[in-house]
Formats: sequence, structure tokens, C-alpha cells
Amino acid sequence: MEKVTRLASERGVVIFTKSSCCLCYAVKILFQELGVNPTVHEIDKDTEGREMEKAIARLGCSAPIPVVYIGGKLVGSTNEVMSLHLSGSLIPLLKPYSATLS
Amino acid sequence: MNSPSTQFVSSRRMGVYDPLQQINMWGESLKSNVNLTASIPLIDEADIKFDSQSEDASHGMLGTNNKYDQEASKPIDKIQRRLAQNREAARKSRLRKKAYVQQLESSRLKLMQLEQELERARQQGMYVGGGLDTNHLGFAGPINSGITTFEMEYGHWVEKQNSQILELRNALNSHIGDLELRILVDDMMNHYSEIFRMKSAAAKADVFYVMSGMWKTTAERFFLWIGGFRPSELLKVLLPLIEPLTEQQRLDVCNLGQSCQQAEDALSQGMEKLQQTLADSIAAGQLMEGSYIPQMATAIEKLEALVSFVNQADHLRKETLQQMSRILTIRQAARSLLALGEYFQRLRALSSLWSNRPREPA
Repeated sequence: MEKVTRLASERGVVIFTKSSCCLCYAVKILFQELGVNPTVHEIDKDTEGREMEKAIARLGCSAPIPVVYIGGKLVGSTNEVMSLHLSGSLIPLLKPYSATLS
Repeated sequence: MNSPSTQFVSSRRMGVYDPLQQINMWGESLKSNVNLTASIPLIDEADIKFDSQSEDASHGMLGTNNKYDQEASKPIDKIQRRLAQNREAARKSRLRKKAYVQQLESSRLKLMQLEQELERARQQGMYVGGGLDTNHLGFAGPINSGITTFEMEYGHWVEKQNSQILELRNALNSHIGDLELRILVDDMMNHYSEIFRMKSAAAKADVFYVMSGMWKTTAERFFLWIGGFRPSELLKVLLPLIEPLTEQQRLDVCNLGQSCQQAEDALSQGMEKLQQTLADSIAAGQLMEGSYIPQMATAIEKLEALVSFVNQADHLRKETLQQMSRILTIRQAARSLLALGEYFQRLRALSSLWSNRPREPA
């Protein structure tokens, strides 16, 4: 869905969440701890939220939300973010978008 | 005075009909009321019961004529009444015995269940009755088959874990080759994947059971973090045991520990947010209103989010173990898995010692 890809490319670090989702909140906290301020789009507050949710589900991530884009490229859901971080590959991806990391 | 015809009629009546029927019934009631191990001639017993005043009590049918002569002198309806009373007594006795046996059976079942519960509670070092699924009245709730399955599988899992630890220890002491060692390491890693898979299924059955670490021993539960061990803590414990490490390895392990810590912090804060929103949704609207059904619906949605947190924490544990095995050589990985296994064995042993320690009398 083009709205999703458009929003995903607008900023360096983009997370699609739902306002009630606490796991989404945890992912946001992780990025903030790494010195990044992610752009958060709450799809349950968006008028086109339903279609966005369907489009995101088609991406085939481990979970429907949260979904993370870095530099316009799809990273995945919480599982993928955690795996990347533990393997040490997340921080290099975030470097261009972080004030503290670079 | 008995005329010969009356005597003949009554004895025939008794000789052919009543005594035979009575003998059968006595035999039946004897079988149900008395443990007959030896085969007692029924006719003899019947004779004894039939007429306690009889002189010839043990001479089969031949003796009955005498007896019947004596019996015939009593009114027939008295005898009939006594026969009926005896039948009734025998019937009641059989019913009482049946009820008693049924009561014994159900008590036996209850005893078995209590013993199982007691054993489980002892293993967990808990007070009996303070365990799973208690509702607000404090009684155990309905049995959850998903959890029962998990507990059974967990018992097998620990047994297999213990034998794998033994095998690994022997292998490291015997200086086997790297290839065989890799097989043992992979086996153990797969075994850990197995417990995470089991926990995921159990979380669907009862997330609170998993969150509270109910299957673990008391000392293990002391270190509980979202339904299991805290990966960063475990790294700290294991690091000194896998020396010597290269500089690169030490750096990698350090970074792994730090990433782990950051991920744990993020999940912990997410959990706090969940608690806060749950508390808010329960308290929503005016308290003291009496009705709280809409709040319950929202609260239940929030509780379902717990399952994803438990799964996420287990994913973190699994990833940490896998990263460790990537950073280390096969021999170092084997030593670290052995140390990990032994660590948990010691924690379990500690729980056992603690719950069995001699206590001061109150």
C-alpha cells in the first residue's frame, strides 16, 4: 500500500504501531535508548488504518505490529529487531539517523 | 396337632418349594455378605439358618424331614414373615455394602489427587494449597489440560537435560573430537528450543502460570524475569567460566551482554506500561458503581498482550544462547552449556535443601 511505503520513506526510523500496544512501546523505548528518535505512526488512529493494517500483514513479518522501517527499508517486527540488536547489526543500521551513535 | 395329611402337605410344600428357594437366597446373601473361601454346602448352612433349634443340622436333605416336622408345628405365616424379614435384611445388607465400597473408591481417588498435589507442592517448595489456579475463595480452579500437559512434559525435559549434562561432562573430560562435541552442543541447543516451544504453548493455556514461573523451584523463581531467566545475568555468571577468551571474543561477549541488557530494559518498560494501562482500565469510570463489566472486557484484551511479552522474553533468551554459540569455539560453547546446565541443577538442589531444612519448633 503506497501510504505505508510513503510514510516509511519519509523519515530515517519509522515504526507502525497501535496506541494500545505495549510491545510497540517497548520497541520505541529500545530505539530511544540507542539514541534514535523514531517516527511513530499509530495506525489505529489513522483514517485509513484498516487498509494499512492489511498491507502491513501482507509483508510477512513475525507479527503484524509493530513494524519497523530503517532508511525506507523494511526491518521487520519485534523479533527481527531483537535478533538484529543481539547480533550487533542494529546499531550500524541506525548510525546515520542517530545524534549519539555517529 | 398335625394330621398326617397336613404334615405331608406342609413338608411337601417346604420340602419342594420354600426351602429350596430359601436355600438359594441364603446362599446368595451369604456370598455377598460373607467371604466364602471354602465351599460350604449351602444346604447345611441353610439348615442352620432356617431353624436354629434344629438338632440335625448337618445331614442334608435327609435331615429336613425331622426339622420340617418340628417346623410344621409352628404357624406357617410366622415362618413366612421370618423368611421375608431375612430376605429384606440380606437386601439391605447388600445395599449398605455397595454404598460403602463406592465411598471407599471415591476416597481413594481423592487421596491420589491430594498426594499428587502434595508432591508437586513439595517440589516447588510451596505451602500446600497455595498453588495453581486458586480463585478468590482459595480453592483450586478447574484443571487446565494445557498446563497439566506442560508439567508432565517439563518433568521429562528436566530428566533429559540432566542426562545431556552428564554426557557433556564426560565428553569434555574424555577429550573427544570437535565433531562429536558439536553434535552434543547442537543436541543441547535443540533441547533449549524445545522448552521455549513448550512454554509458548503453556502461555496460551495460562499466561499467568508461565509469568509466575509456577513449574520452577523456589530458588529459580527468585531470579524470575518475565517467565524465565534474565539472559544478561546469565552471561555475567558464565563469562568467567569460559575463559580463556581472545580479545575479540571478550569484546563480542561484552557487546552481547550490553545489547541484551538494553533489550531487557525495553521489554521491562513495556511490561510496566502494560501494568499501568491494565490498572487504568480496571479503575475506569467511577469506582463504587457496583457494575464493572465494560472495564473487564478492556482488561481482558490487555491481559492477552501478556502472551506476546512472554514469547518475546523467550525469544530473547533463545537468541542470546545462539549468539553465544556463534561467538565461541565449539569447545568453549560446550563448556558454557555445561556450566549453564550445572548452574540450574544447583539452583534446584538449593530449593530442595531449603524446603527440607530443619526448622525451629514454633
